[in-house]
Amino acid sequence: MARFLVRIDENACKGCELCRNFCPKKLITVSAHINDKGYSPAEISREEECIGCMSCALMCPDGAISIYEEVSE
Amino acid sequence: MLKPIFEYTKGMLRVETNFCPGCTHGISHRLITETLDEMGKLGEAIGCGPIGCAVMAHKFMNVDMCECAHGRAPAVASGVKRVHPDNLVFTYQGDGDLASIGTAEIIHAAARGECFSTFFVNNAIYGMTGGQMAPTTLPGQRSTTSQTGRDTGKSGFPIRVCELLSTLDGAVYVERVALNSPAGVAKAKKAVRRAFDVQEKKLGFSFVEFVSACPTNWGLSPVAAVDFIKEKMLPYYPPGVFKSPQ
Amino acid sequence: MSTTYQESPSRVLMKGNEAFAESAIRGGCRYYFGYPITPQNEIPEYMSRELPKNGGHFIQAESEISAINMAYGAGAAGGRVFISSSSPGIALMQEGMSFACCAEVPMVILTVCRCGPGIGGIQPGQADYFQATRGGGNGDYKIPVFAPSSIQEGSDLVFEAMELADKWRNPIIIFTDGLLGQMMEPVTLPEHIDVASSKDIRKSKAWALTGYGADDSSRNTITSLRLQPEVLEKHVHHLFDKYTEIEKTLTRAETIGIEDCDVVLVAYGIVARITKEAIEMLARDGIKAGLIRPISLWPFPHSVFDKISNKAKAVISTELSMGQMIEDVRLAVANRLPVRLLSRTGGMIPTSLEIAERTKKILATM
Repeated sequence: MARFLVRIDENACKGCELCRNFCPKKLITVSAHINDKGYSPAEISREEECIGCMSCALMCPDGAISIYEEVSE
Repeated sequence: MLKPIFEYTKGMLRVETNFCPGCTHGISHRLITETLDEMGKLGEAIGCGPIGCAVMAHKFMNVDMCECAHGRAPAVASGVKRVHPDNLVFTYQGDGDLASIGTAEIIHAAARGECFSTFFVNNAIYGMTGGQMAPTTLPGQRSTTSQTGRDTGKSGFPIRVCELLSTLDGAVYVERVALNSPAGVAKAKKAVRRAFDVQEKKLGFSFVEFVSACPTNWGLSPVAAVDFIKEKMLPYYPPGVFKSPQ
Repeated sequence: MSTTYQESPSRVLMKGNEAFAESAIRGGCRYYFGYPITPQNEIPEYMSRELPKNGGHFIQAESEISAINMAYGAGAAGGRVFISSSSPGIALMQEGMSFACCAEVPMVILTVCRCGPGIGGIQPGQADYFQATRGGGNGDYKIPVFAPSSIQEGSDLVFEAMELADKWRNPIIIFTDGLLGQMMEPVTLPEHIDVASSKDIRKSKAWALTGYGADDSSRNTITSLRLQPEVLEKHVHHLFDKYTEIEKTLTRAETIGIEDCDVVLVAYGIVARITKEAIEMLARDGIKAGLIRPISLWPFPHSVFDKISNKAKAVISTELSMGQMIEDVRLAVANRLPVRLLSRTGGMIPTSLEIAERTKKILATM
């Protein structure tokens, strides 16, 4: 089973929540703290359940999300 | 080992955009520059920007780019393309810029079959000036200059630009896409690629309309705004390929 | 006589508009964008025929607004651009001129002035003096304006302006009128200059939009918007430093007999030629009239007015307008002498006799 890592640049995030809305596994939540811009940034939870569909990254208007796949050497 | 499956394109400069949270300009900017990056053409692209929220596109897109007077980007791009016929030239324009003040320029650029690509952001409102009625504002839609909703008896009807341009022989590729879902965004990217391919082959004018969201001036949350695209915008502005070279 | 032609194959009898177009091509113009308007239609016609033969491009624009914005695009991309229009068409181009000045995009604009206001008429006029020298575009900007009084001078100025526009990264206006545009005269055309190919543009214009190639650190942007007041003020000061240098180097005038005269006539363009004949008529009647012919309308040749004889009784601004240049004349004379207007408008052109007689009448009131 492939394992994906979702990296969210919290200071690039404007807290629009489009990623949260479109994650089919509902893995993205909104942080309780605010970032440098004054927004509550997106956070990834239960990352191990990520299926790497890229919906979050495709919808992110601010380039805050990168996705990586763990592959064996 | 980590294999990147999605990283922000180097076609976008690492600076904060002036766009509001949930504004889909960020997505359409990215789709254009990501496509150019994948084609290896960032260094050969020349962009012509609008007046409107995307007036500072040249600060975000990592390509040679100029600002243009309001609505004149298609005329500017026509001039640029004469000097550099082998470069990928594009305009990026909003609905006020393209479908109101610049109507003549876009129609005649398409009619001449100009070999550049136009990316049209239709969010049915004037964003930068504060939410006034656009030529694409929907019947009944509220704006700061149609405060009880657009009254078609007084303010007329929205313009469907793709349908209009499709009647022109010089426009060879015309597609409308919607940025309201991951599938829509993926489709939009294919359309951007298609437009640039058509330009590279010098087949004629290529045009992609992004049905887009303006959460701030619609008075909706970003999530509600993408729902608005699906429920209200798309019935009036149906996505699809209106024209395509064989 | 045919010998002249054989000795100098570049000496030809040409209509003004066509000579100006040909000189633009010889000065390196490879991009022309135009919209039909009388009395300059020979220019787009000539360019549509001749530019492609010289490796250039012609577009018939959908309006003058589009034409100047095409010029802005081609200029921003590093091409050498020449455009033309006439009074109402130039009015539509004003926004583009302001934009090009702010963004520092070079282009040469020929205005073949007719009559206004409004649609006015298609006969020659000079009532667009303010339009050319003050401009109708917004903001603080200046455009050098040259006013030829013969087809030869117009041809030479267009040729030179192609270079000047690039040098100063600013539009240059050649201000002429329907008479000069439509008449024919012998003219010696300049030699063709070499023009850089599109691929080589960055070598001479490092700022141009060409695509940066492999190195995005050389990315170029051409912009007009500056939202921060301190940044915009600095940019406007930069533009005005440039304009100050232009005033030092491009101010031009022809003068005749102003150090010893009874009256000075100030006239530019075609009117100056009629005025020269009027001066000869006045001389036959024992009146010494001098001439100041501004060649650059902006920068206006203020300092030559300092040389006017102290015994001169008046300075007369002779114009095909209701008193436009006279404002610059008054500034230049600075209350040293009375300034009067000798004007025809609406397409009416004074004869040399009329100018001489009206000068005498003005002198009689002094």
